[in-house]
Amino acid sequence: MWNNIYAWLDERLGFNDLYTNLLDRPEPKTSWWNTLGSASLFLFILQGLTGIFLTVYYTPSPDHAYDSITYIMEGVAFGWLIRGIHHWGATLMVLVVFIHMLRVFFTASFKYPRELTWLIGIGLFLTTLGMGFTGYLLPWNQKAYWATTVGTQIAGTVPFIGEFILKVLRGGPELSALTLQRFFAAHIWIIPAILAALIGIHLYLIIKHGESHFPEKED
Amino acid sequence: MSDSHELSRRDFIKVTTGIVGGLIGAVVGLPSVFYLIDPALREGGKDAWIPIGKFEDMQVGTPYPFSFTRVQVNGWERTASSFGGYAVRRSDSPDDLLVLNSRCTHLACTVNWSEEGRVFLCPCHDAAFSMEGEVLNGPPPRALDIYEEHRVNEEGIVEIFFKEG
Repeated sequence: MWNNIYAWLDERLGFNDLYTNLLDRPEPKTSWWNTLGSASLFLFILQGLTGIFLTVYYTPSPDHAYDSITYIMEGVAFGWLIRGIHHWGATLMVLVVFIHMLRVFFTASFKYPRELTWLIGIGLFLTTLGMGFTGYLLPWNQKAYWATTVGTQIAGTVPFIGEFILKVLRGGPELSALTLQRFFAAHIWIIPAILAALIGIHLYLIIKHGESHFPEKED
Repeated sequence: MSDSHELSRRDFIKVTTGIVGGLIGAVVGLPSVFYLIDPALREGGKDAWIPIGKFEDMQVGTPYPFSFTRVQVNGWERTASSFGGYAVRRSDSPDDLLVLNSRCTHLACTVNWSEEGRVFLCPCHDAAFSMEGEVLNGPPPRALDIYEEHRVNEEGIVEIFFKEG
């Protein structure tokens, strides 16, 4: 009976085609270096899930941000685990995405016809850094506060439009409740939406072109 | 290569991926469930005797309104919750005291005593309760809740026993 149900669904949804194209596609001789993209995707999903769980208790307000995180760490069952995964996963994701980028660079996988995959990959790296930068402020502790003060101040040194950029980032001339709120919005809505869209295009291009062959001596 | 008794290389990868994926899913998934339902698993707060008013102020036949506030620690914040009710003396006997909770049993709005109709009216869905708390009209499924435990202390003040949660 399950076979019949599966066949009925497959005829309409095309599981088998998806499986063949996504997971059973032909690969050149590969190495562990080729798994870094999948590792990045896995970390993105893990960060998304744990992040969603964190918003159940986290409050993006100067009055409660720090207390709500203390509560997650000490009051809620397994809160330390969920936040711990999100915390360390963030660091790991920046690292893995960066090594992935280095791998693509050193194996010259960015060349024709994969230039767009590479460019979108740069976008993915930058948005990942953006996630790290905005997420860093959310605990609203001393380190977060001063890191964001310094980070936004650096953005403010851009010639001519620096002060404007600084005010846009901070939601005003100084770090305030507005800064925390907009960093939160950027961290959970704006940047993840961009990230997810870019991942979609990135994956499509990878499926379309397949993995690149590593160059050999003659190449 | 593909001896039927041995696991093929591909199947080994599939099985391993499944097991490792399942383990990761369980490690993240199971704690997440507890994380999400944690507030529902907590025990309620403290019980207390709450003074609601002087017994001599409560007139027979006229519900005596009272209200009180309890502060609860919810997560990282102290939340004040308001409660209210009516003390109803049905006869001259000091024991014949009924303490009603003014929370409507339909959808938790607060009922008010209407002197003209001599009923408790709920503003939300026009429910009416008698002075004894019985449903007279409208959608409530049962009579008004009663604070069963109450006492009059030495100073003549009525107290009710309040359980949190």
